[in-house]
Amino acid sequence: MNANIILVASSLIWATAVQPQGYAGLGTDAEGFAIPKPDTRLTFPADHGLHSDFRIEWWYLTANLEGADGADYGIQWTLFRSALAPGEAAGWQSPQIWMAHAAVTTKDKHLFAERIARGGVGQAGVQTHPFSAWIDNWQMRSADETLEEISLSASGMEFSYDLNLMADGPLVLQGNAGYSVKSASGQASHYYSQPHYMVSGTLSLPDGPIDVTGHGWLDREWSSQPLAEDQSGWDWFSLSFDSGEKLMGFVLRGARGDFTSGTWISADGTAEPLAPGAFQAQPLNISDVQGREMPTHWHASVPDKGVSVEILALNPQSWMGTSFSYWEGPVAVIGSHSGKGYLEMTGYE
Amino acid sequence: MKGAALLAILSHWRRHPLQLATLIAGLALAAGLWSAVQAINAEARASYARAAEQLGTAGLARLIPETGSIPIARYAELRRSGWRLAPVLEGVVSFDRQSFDIMGVDLLQHPQAPALAEAAEAESSTPLEALRPPGRIFAHSETAALLSEAQQTHPVTRLAALPRGIAMADLSLASQLLRRPDSLSYLLVLPEQTPGLAPLAELAPELTHLPARAAASDTGRLTDSFHLNLTAFGLLSFAVGLFIVQGTIALSLEQRRGMIRTLRSLGVPMRLLSGLFIAELAAIALAAGIAGLAGGYLVAAALLPGVNATLAGLYGASVDGSLSLRPGWVFSGLAMTLGGAFLAGAQSLFALWRLPILAAPATLARGQQASRSHMFSAFCGAASIAAGLIVLYFFQGLVAGFAFLGALMLGAALLLPLLISAGLSVGARMAKGALAEWLWADTRAQLPGMSLALMALLLALAANIGVGTMVSSFRLTFTGWLDQRLFAEVYVTATSDAQGAELAHWLEAQGITVLSRRYHDTRFKGAPLRVYGFEDDEAYRSNWPLLDASPDVWDQTASGKALLINEQLARRHKLAPGSILEIKPGWRLPVAGVYSDYGNPNGQAMVSLPALQKHVPSLPNRNFGLRADPQEITGLIKLIRQEFDFPRENITDQATVKTRSLAVFDRTFVITAALNLLTLGVAGFALLTSLLTLWSQRLPQLAPVWAMGVTRRQLAAAEVLRSLILAAGTAVLALPLGLVLAWVLLSVINVAAFGWKLPMYLFPLDWLRLFMLALLAAVIAAALPAWRLSRIDPADLLKVFANER
Repeated sequence: MNANIILVASSLIWATAVQPQGYAGLGTDAEGFAIPKPDTRLTFPADHGLHSDFRIEWWYLTANLEGADGADYGIQWTLFRSALAPGEAAGWQSPQIWMAHAAVTTKDKHLFAERIARGGVGQAGVQTHPFSAWIDNWQMRSADETLEEISLSASGMEFSYDLNLMADGPLVLQGNAGYSVKSASGQASHYYSQPHYMVSGTLSLPDGPIDVTGHGWLDREWSSQPLAEDQSGWDWFSLSFDSGEKLMGFVLRGARGDFTSGTWISADGTAEPLAPGAFQAQPLNISDVQGREMPTHWHASVPDKGVSVEILALNPQSWMGTSFSYWEGPVAVIGSHSGKGYLEMTGYE
Repeated sequence: MKGAALLAILSHWRRHPLQLATLIAGLALAAGLWSAVQAINAEARASYARAAEQLGTAGLARLIPETGSIPIARYAELRRSGWRLAPVLEGVVSFDRQSFDIMGVDLLQHPQAPALAEAAEAESSTPLEALRPPGRIFAHSETAALLSEAQQTHPVTRLAALPRGIAMADLSLASQLLRRPDSLSYLLVLPEQTPGLAPLAELAPELTHLPARAAASDTGRLTDSFHLNLTAFGLLSFAVGLFIVQGTIALSLEQRRGMIRTLRSLGVPMRLLSGLFIAELAAIALAAGIAGLAGGYLVAAALLPGVNATLAGLYGASVDGSLSLRPGWVFSGLAMTLGGAFLAGAQSLFALWRLPILAAPATLARGQQASRSHMFSAFCGAASIAAGLIVLYFFQGLVAGFAFLGALMLGAALLLPLLISAGLSVGARMAKGALAEWLWADTRAQLPGMSLALMALLLALAANIGVGTMVSSFRLTFTGWLDQRLFAEVYVTATSDAQGAELAHWLEAQGITVLSRRYHDTRFKGAPLRVYGFEDDEAYRSNWPLLDASPDVWDQTASGKALLINEQLARRHKLAPGSILEIKPGWRLPVAGVYSDYGNPNGQAMVSLPALQKHVPSLPNRNFGLRADPQEITGLIKLIRQEFDFPRENITDQATVKTRSLAVFDRTFVITAALNLLTLGVAGFALLTSLLTLWSQRLPQLAPVWAMGVTRRQLAAAEVLRSLILAAGTAVLALPLGLVLAWVLLSVINVAAFGWKLPMYLFPLDWLRLFMLALLAAVIAAALPAWRLSRIDPADLLKVFANER
């Protein structure tokens, strides 16, 4: 990994976001950035594009795939935007900084790569007509302004992938009509998802290319103050059950108690926000992940929905050793419901 | 037995301490000058490399534009094709009348970013703050101090790791300061590229891919010639040093033949004996090598400031830091000394190996073989010169030039014995009287023993004449050129564009002719190019030093239909009047003339000012040349000072500029003069050692002459005279060789190294001075043997008749 990126990017959003003392001032002072409001109604396709008045934003896609060889795979494609100041300017004066992560996970390998770019010069950005999000030669592209059908590509030193995704259901607004509360004191973000992608394409791995098919999940989120001061990290689950139902749930770990939230998505795509505390997750097993103790085996439950499942990492070593490092990888679900999904864990430094 | 044999062998040195001193001194001199030169080169190269590393550009290939600059849209396209590139924008920015080289980089991509981030954090700022107004400038603490003084808008972070004189900043700030929001100077190709990308040559055919080695530094490429030059000098000194050593080793073995015969008769095997001699030579060489390294270090330390001046003067390259002991030149120096000692001793050791066990320990009958070996040596010399000519004819450039010089010098040295011998025959034929005839004949007989020393003297003298002629010709040309170029009487630099405009307006109101000198920096085929805009004036037409021009050169150029280029640019890219040059994309002009432009390593062009303004808006307007009556200069300067608030150094008259330029020029060649003198010193020393060597062998030849009634005093005088004759002959022969050397330096080396050809001027007074110096060296070298001879005990001379040796 290029050392300079680590150093420079260490002061990007994430690093400060998950320091034990919390969001280093950003949670309390928005410095001219817009703040998510509960009465904001999301409109599309406009909200697929960027919100440069907000400090941070991401286009976050994960997919659980199965290869022609019968093996399980997971891929991640994430474009982060972080603004040094609100708004946009031309050329090098742009206050926008872009960062992207891509990964391919197998049972015994976790390959990842990172790219960083300045806004304003065209090296990275997001357009809505037609929709396109890119950094260098990594891209997420649609033929029109919707996200119904997109193509996705990225490459690192040891891997690359080229995938087609087709939505098999509606967009899902998380939280309260897309307003997702992140702490008891009211920190929030705008958050919607497209969890219904059918995926097909090719992964290129050190052993050669492999055709894959599976299911993908896109998260779109923007905010200026996502964490409360006492919060140090989160465990986030996106689970697709074989029944066709889906569950998004997260635990924000805080010194003054954890904050949990989630959304239940029925098979037809209807979304139902879960009451605070309705989603629960407990670590069952701790793995040593590159010198850190991390829970890679969980129990999650939503009693109201009759959900009581165990969640197991496909590869417990799915560590993203990027500028801002975290755990992100595919999981298998067994118990009251079976299925697959993705797990993200931050703040385990 | 081993110990006893070794003691016996070594006892020779106790009886001949001077010989030991000569051997060690010769080797140490050779090693010393060689390692001094190597140390200087290593230091300079390390300094360039350090600068490249500090700028984060070391080891990285570059994409450079053929002309002008790279649009940022193009950069984004190449990034989007998958290539990881780091953009760089370079330029000069002025703060408060001071110019600074600005290097703008994307702090998120540049290889040097970690150091910058760390430095920023040390000043309790975050690296990301440097991306936002007012930005942040990073500079070496010396440069940072100047920057902080010259401006307060942008905070300056001190970073010892950056080279002096460069201000590094994020592109957000640099592009604003340089007013180039949309363009880049070049792109660095970062390590770790994703496999399977389309080749850059296909994606960006308009950009030149400069491999890391070539890109290492512009400075490195420019200064290569200088370092090659130094290396040639070092090699010359080394060769001269070996000449000294060769004679001494031969003598020491020859004088021990009696002992060798005795030892072998006592049963010491030849194998052991040879081994002991080799070990002895190795030990002496090692000791001498270490002494030489110490001396070389001192010489290098003394010369380094001169080298810095030269490099700064010729190339604008700075070598900072003091001399450090680098394993590279330490080991190469020791290896050269050992290798050199064995090379010098090879013939003698081989002869020893083949010596019949009971061979008489007589002096070699050197003289008898002499004429045959002279012919052979002359044949080799002629062949060497021929080979050099062939190289020069078929190859071009610096290395070919130096190869020719090497072959020429070696060839001339090998021809020397035959030529001197022929000269001595002529002298002998014209001699009158027995004593004179004996003197000529004796001199000729001594020639084989002296020829190596004489070769050394020849090379040193020729190098002096050649380099001296080159420097003096250069200086004369440069002075004449300054007179042509600096035709304005007063030069003024305004502190800002606004003040410049005000000044021009005011001067015109006073009825003074103002020639503004405005320029735009760009790149042509990857190398820096400065384009001057000039205002048509009679002064240009009558003064400007044109080397080559089309018929209506000034009308064409003044009307903006053509341009002038400097000689460097013309030679480098084979441009001549009529060729087309693209200054910026879409702006192509034919070349109307070529002008000389000494002391500038870079390309330059001149176009009419209105044309330049049309293509490059917002040119800085601060430099003016004023025409004035010579008597009015002082008054005019005073008046401008009263009217405008200028620092003193911003107004200078022509004479001051000339004096300063010549001072820089003279400083530039300090190192050359020093090396010249050192080489001559070494040659003088070689002469001394060979005379001392011969001295001990000459008693059998001198004794009969003494016995016939020639006094010791006369013999001593003859000794000095002989040395004078040989030195004079050598000096006379050195003259043509030196002139050829000068011609090669002026017409081949200079063209390859700097891109300008210089006319050759002759300086007979300098030759006379050098001739006298050679004679002085000969007298000094002969003084000690002559003094010994004049004081020798007659009994020693009588002894010659008593025993064999």
